Amino acid sequence: MVLWGDADAGASDVTSLGWVLVRASQVPIATGLFTWPSDDPRLIGSSCQVCGTTTFPAQGSCPRCTAEAMDEQALPRTGTLWSFTVQGFRPKDPYAGPEEFEPYGVGYVELPGQVIVESRLTENDPDRLEIGMPMELVIVPFRRDESGDDVMTFAFRPAVEGTRE
Amino acid sequence: MDVAIVGIGMHPFGRHDGVSGRAQGAHAARAALADAGITWKDLQFAFGGSHSAGDADTLVSELGLTGLPFINVANGCATGGSALIMADGSIRSGAYDLGIAVGFDKHPRGAFNTDPETMGLGKWYGETGLMLTTQFFAMKIQRYMREHRISSSTLAKVAAKAFRNGSLNENAWRRTPLSEEEIAASPMISHPLTQYMFCSPGEGAVALVLCRGDRARRYTDRPVYLSAATLRSRPFGSFEVFAPWLSVERGDSPSVAASRAAFEQAGIEPGEIDVAQVQDTESGAEVIHMAETGLCKHGEQESLIQAGATEIGGPSPINTDGGCLANGEPIGASGLRQVYESVVQLRGDAGPRQVPGGPTTAFTHVYGAPGISACTVLTR
Repeated sequence: MVLWGDADAGASDVTSLGWVLVRASQVPIATGLFTWPSDDPRLIGSSCQVCGTTTFPAQGSCPRCTAEAMDEQALPRTGTLWSFTVQGFRPKDPYAGPEEFEPYGVGYVELPGQVIVESRLTENDPDRLEIGMPMELVIVPFRRDESGDDVMTFAFRPAVEGTRE
Repeated sequence: MDVAIVGIGMHPFGRHDGVSGRAQGAHAARAALADAGITWKDLQFAFGGSHSAGDADTLVSELGLTGLPFINVANGCATGGSALIMADGSIRSGAYDLGIAVGFDKHPRGAFNTDPETMGLGKWYGETGLMLTTQFFAMKIQRYMREHRISSSTLAKVAAKAFRNGSLNENAWRRTPLSEEEIAASPMISHPLTQYMFCSPGEGAVALVLCRGDRARRYTDRPVYLSAATLRSRPFGSFEVFAPWLSVERGDSPSVAASRAAFEQAGIEPGEIDVAQVQDTESGAEVIHMAETGLCKHGEQESLIQAGATEIGGPSPINTDGGCLANGEPIGASGLRQVYESVVQLRGDAGPRQVPGGPTTAFTHVYGAPGISACTVLTR
């Protein structure tokens, strides 16, 4: 289901019982970063009331026009890959991922007309990533914490054009 | 008021087990004083900094408790460049006649790790593995290569040049030449950049003695003039290290503004520069910074580098001492190393790596987190 980053299953699979289970075993890595829980996850940014500049995450003032008038805003869920790389070694602290390291993709995704956001990518093979390809947001488990909960974070995965929104 | 560099000193870059960063800083300062033919007691001021090796002003306990104003500078990768700018301003303003800028560092092995909260970012950014400078450089060159048709072979050529030049520099860390094939085949650190295309945090120190231009010949018969020293932070729309988001409204890098201001202040065009040192945190950075600083147009790097134009014997020599790739990056010292190399080249003292034809103009450029650039133009 969506919360596990497997959007193909669709939000309709989430039953009321499912919600209880999900909320008991999954925690977001930070509050205010993305809508949680949600069957249509969105990153939470902010938009300047004066000049319209969009930031991610949300912040209190505008870095472009300096106005202190920002509205929280749910960002579009789909966009295009602006650039990418693959992290080839396990980073030092403050990285808190699993001890067993698997290279992960990192990229910037342009959410059309709004903002370009940095994110982990679900794809780690550079040959399967290309600047300009369509991407969509998913919420994925990142690591298991001390109490056995899955810590959830956001990522973008390649989207097949035309299947969403 | 002109400003001249009349003394230079360096502690070799690399790994020096058992030698503290401060000791390396003191070594460089003493060497610079000896080069200028003066003593610590003659200095009227000092600016200095390190990122990981302690407070520079504590050097007075080793160099002499003369009571001089010694101001610590901390400005990320531009720490050395910032110390130099402060020293430059102190003399240019007429407040002082003679002083020193010193930078040193000693970093642990491996990539830099940074606490996101010191940079105003959420902990999640570091925890999920996004807080790496290496990723930024990889993503910047990844897009740049596509937009400006830069090949992987050009990235390997830049690194091969660095190690070749480093092999001619007795103060460099990595002095073994590597072939383009070896560089391309080394482990992929952050696609499209391999291990040997990246510099490493390291150790080292540099000190520069500066004085009023009209008094330079009291200390040396070969003064080098600091025609410009500039620093800029990032404008809106630039693409920087540690950026969770970018604006869709794209803007220039701070390197563009800092270099433009430097050339303007010096009254010299980029095309008039005889030898340049630009920030080569990795191969791609050298390629991009060549154009951002105006040394060439965007996209021209491919043909220039493939033709060997940036080699020591080429028409536009770049990173003649091996750059960050061969010297490593001790943050506090790195920007001053570029100025040191420029002075050595302008004096004609670079031996086997001397740029031929008696260069008279030099340019330096540093770039670093969180979006800062410092440039100088030097003349003789």
